[in-house]
Amino acid sequence: MSEDILLIVIKVAVLIVILLTVVAYTVYVERRIMARMQSRIGPNRVGPFGLLQPLADILKLIFKEDLTPAGADKVTYFLAPALAAITGLAAFAVIPFGNTIDLFGIKVNLFIADINVGLLYLFAMSSLAVYGIVLAGWSSNNKYSLLGGVRSSAQMISYELPLGLALVSVVLAAGSLSLGDIVKAQANLWFIVQQPLSFVIYFICAIAETNRAPFDLPEAETELIAGYHTEYSSLKWALFFLAEYMAVITVSATAVTIFFGGWQGPFLPGWLWFVIKLSGFIFFFTWMRATLPRLRFDQLMRLGWKVLLPLAALNLVVIAGLVAAMGG
Amino acid sequence: MPDLSNLPYEQAIFYLVSALAVGCALAMILSKNAVHAALFMVANFGLVAVLYLLLRASFIATIQVIVYAGAIMVLFLFVIMMLNVQEADPRSSRGPQDRLFTLGSLAPLLGLGLLGALAYVALGVKQPAATSGGLVFANIQDVGALLFTRYLYPFEITSLLLLVAMIGAVVLAKRR
Repeated sequence: MSEDILLIVIKVAVLIVILLTVVAYTVYVERRIMARMQSRIGPNRVGPFGLLQPLADILKLIFKEDLTPAGADKVTYFLAPALAAITGLAAFAVIPFGNTIDLFGIKVNLFIADINVGLLYLFAMSSLAVYGIVLAGWSSNNKYSLLGGVRSSAQMISYELPLGLALVSVVLAAGSLSLGDIVKAQANLWFIVQQPLSFVIYFICAIAETNRAPFDLPEAETELIAGYHTEYSSLKWALFFLAEYMAVITVSATAVTIFFGGWQGPFLPGWLWFVIKLSGFIFFFTWMRATLPRLRFDQLMRLGWKVLLPLAALNLVVIAGLVAAMGG
Repeated sequence: MPDLSNLPYEQAIFYLVSALAVGCALAMILSKNAVHAALFMVANFGLVAVLYLLLRASFIATIQVIVYAGAIMVLFLFVIMMLNVQEADPRSSRGPQDRLFTLGSLAPLLGLGLLGALAYVALGVKQPAATSGGLVFANIQDVGALLFTRYLYPFEITSLLLLVAMIGAVVLAKRR
């Protein structure tokens, strides 16, 4: 038992280090790719190809002055970035990112916890992520921050519903909430082929959940300066940045796990397939950010409530009917 | 997931989490700032979810976090922030004092009533048989089966009630 706990602690520590590195280089890759898409050069000065740029950025952020506005609610102001970062990192705990591997004679499962309500846990973490943003907006004592926070919570609450409905249709087909089982259910056919509409709905909602372009209204510069993190600087700001990119990685990893067969694939080891699929999604996020203009707030709300929610409900009913008809 | 039945110090965790939960509940009632009160309530929900986990009810625990902490309290917080509720101090409130006084004198009575009801229920509970380690209590299949067989009518009536409340809210909002 104690060895088990030791193994889990080691896995958690290693995973956190890997995730932080991945976040740092996701930012770098995004800047390079977007620069290329916009006929710019991008960061290429620090190290070969600018590969040390993330390190330089982090060092710069650490040495920046950490400001707290005079009228801020001190405790909440301090708590908000921590909440955002913790929920972002914790969500990754249930994602299976590879098959069992042999390491020094010990069988290591490449996930932290395959709990039987894995999908619901992911959902719970993403619904808790709202707090970081809302509290940051409120505690800063700044009207732009507050507006950004309120906007973002309205957006996240609205898009959580169709997102949940899209995931429920997958759960119906897989017959389990455990992400490990969902991956195994796709051994022959990925769910993207079986349920393309569920995937489209999930992915649109996931972009809205992560507050990324074209749904990045909570931080629309022209209206709200920087939205909920206007007043934040130094490492607190870095934590929000971390949370945002962690959210991108988590929803991408969820999409890979639920719709693209997870770590399964021919020839290559499981974790490598997972990394390849995940990279594809992260590239797609960057591509969208460089391509699509931002929506207006009323367009965003109309899309969520009048298009995606009815569509997701209809999709769920049809798939439930199909599953029942096939005696699933 | 590590088997929780082998978890050492389970009792210690239980008492620690329970004490923290009660502490958060008290802090919620006592804090003057509405947003802080809401946050203490969220913390309380989270701690109660841990108690559900100790009961091996992982489904209920997750639902507790999603529905109460993730949905209901976010809406609460939203309303508090939108209305910009100031720190409440009942002593300085200028209102219809007489009515406030009668309502205020009712509060201890209601509180005592609630306490009595709780005590009655708590004393009436039979000690449940110790759950064996292998039993997964209140997992999703069990909850679903119970909801759609034994508790079908209460379940349907509740959903009807929620629908009526929702339509009512829309009608009221439209009229204004």
